[in-house]
Amino acid sequence: MNGRDMSYQAVMSRKNEIMKASLGIDYDDYIQSPIAFDYERMMAETGYTHDDVIRIQHETKVGNTPLFELRNLTEAVRRSSPPGKGARILLKDEAANASGSFKARRASISAYEALVKGYPGMIAATSGNYGAAVASQAAQRGLKAIIIQEVFDSRGIGQPEIIEKGRKCEAYGAEVLKLSVGPELFYLLLRTLEETGFFNASLYTPFGVRGVESLGLEIANQVRAAYGREPDAVVITHAGGGNLTGTARGLLAAGCEQTRIVACSVDLSGLHMASDHDFNRKSFTTGHTGFGVPFATWPDRVDVPRNAARSLRYMDEYQLVTQGEVFYVTELLTKIEGLERGPAGNTSLTAAITLARQMDQEQVVVVQETEYTGAGKHHNSQLSFARKNGIEVRRGDPGDSVPGESIVIPERLEQVRGKVQDLDRLRISYLNNAARIHPPDRWGEVDISFLAADLKVNTDWVRQRIGSLSQNDA
Amino acid sequence: MAKITAGTWVEIEQIILTPEQRAPTLPEDTKKVPYVLKVSGFLLAEAELGAPARVRTLIGRELEGKLKTVNPSYEHTFGQVVPELLTIGLEEDL
Repeated sequence: MNGRDMSYQAVMSRKNEIMKASLGIDYDDYIQSPIAFDYERMMAETGYTHDDVIRIQHETKVGNTPLFELRNLTEAVRRSSPPGKGARILLKDEAANASGSFKARRASISAYEALVKGYPGMIAATSGNYGAAVASQAAQRGLKAIIIQEVFDSRGIGQPEIIEKGRKCEAYGAEVLKLSVGPELFYLLLRTLEETGFFNASLYTPFGVRGVESLGLEIANQVRAAYGREPDAVVITHAGGGNLTGTARGLLAAGCEQTRIVACSVDLSGLHMASDHDFNRKSFTTGHTGFGVPFATWPDRVDVPRNAARSLRYMDEYQLVTQGEVFYVTELLTKIEGLERGPAGNTSLTAAITLARQMDQEQVVVVQETEYTGAGKHHNSQLSFARKNGIEVRRGDPGDSVPGESIVIPERLEQVRGKVQDLDRLRISYLNNAARIHPPDRWGEVDISFLAADLKVNTDWVRQRIGSLSQNDA
Repeated sequence: MAKITAGTWVEIEQIILTPEQRAPTLPEDTKKVPYVLKVSGFLLAEAELGAPARVRTLIGRELEGKLKTVNPSYEHTFGQVVPELLTIGLEEDL
């Protein structure tokens, strides 16, 4: 490494060679055009079957988490629903995984792969629960771990939730590189991969996504065994797309083809994700629209050449909720269900309340994760921090809240109602992004087929929209 | 200034990129400030606060930076009570 140009531009230009060395995947083998690639073959060629995934995860305290029926919450929802409505709400308690979240599933296969391929350690760039998951899995496999985390603004101040996540990584023996606000996290990731020769435990490799498939399989099996039916809807908190992609793939592998896949994010529209000033004005550090929308409308904006997490390929519906609604539901889960869990994990629970109200009583809606809680990673910590930073916190109609200015906590359960995002608008935004990378007049059959599959539409749907894309571009 | 003895658990700070070296597409507020790294480790040789220092991290890597904090600690809490939360779920009629 000595003598190499370590400037921002030089390191970024070595991206492809660094990625190849740190993953052992040659993406060129799958790439068919500037936008299309053989996604299913890439996923299949990880070399791990579902049985392998389950066995590997069992070795490191991952998976087989309980599925609870939230009886009191279901009853409360039924009281404010039209007659005959109010589906059973089930909760997959993913906080029971080693490191306290579903992210352990995602890290487990990467850690195993790193060990088998002889890497001395692994690196992940993340401000989420994924860092703790990588650190915990690395500790169990005898690997070193470096977690690169965006922690503080230019005043040196960080959210309690992020501070806690850094602490947890260090608790598992990881080196934690704590950074100020900025997208240059990726630059430091590349630089550190080059310096150490460690495995790139990116969230977006096939290993990361295949590891989540076991979650979908478990949900299918548990719902069938307890209720004699397939889950009618599964609600999935959506940020980078791996949670949704992996869970949906697992459900499909288990034969749940009719299950509605519902994404859910916290609405933080209006806040800039790379802004030093806005950094501490959001009370959610993940699971929000600042990741959810850009990653849905262009998955390949990540730290690997092609993203294995492709949410629009599997999504049937996308719900938005406010910060206040999630905090309300987190408190409600504690008080009436006796389960104290972290707020970010309850994003999908919030959307499930809206969905359950619209669904029949004999149906089931599954909330597919929870996360651990504790000092810092708690709704009271986040709200107290928000108030200290000048955000108005009050009870009222959550529809009146403005991200970065106010958090309005519902006064009654019926005020938890979320908001549906228009999926076709997201799909068109995706096509516009694709058109910027590869002009539509050069799209061949392979591109059209890829785009249709990636958007869960047919090829005619894509063809009908090409004209308007070209005009926009010109 | 007092010397910090070798072997002490400390936090160092590095400027990774100065404002001029940062990524080209940044919001105005972020563009004005440097990109800063903080990392903790055991101090390798006696050093003064604010002076250059080397540390060995928990995984054994040796890194350099300006010595900023001795015994860096986690002091995050559950925060000041937020009374608006306390009555949720206790109402007769949700």
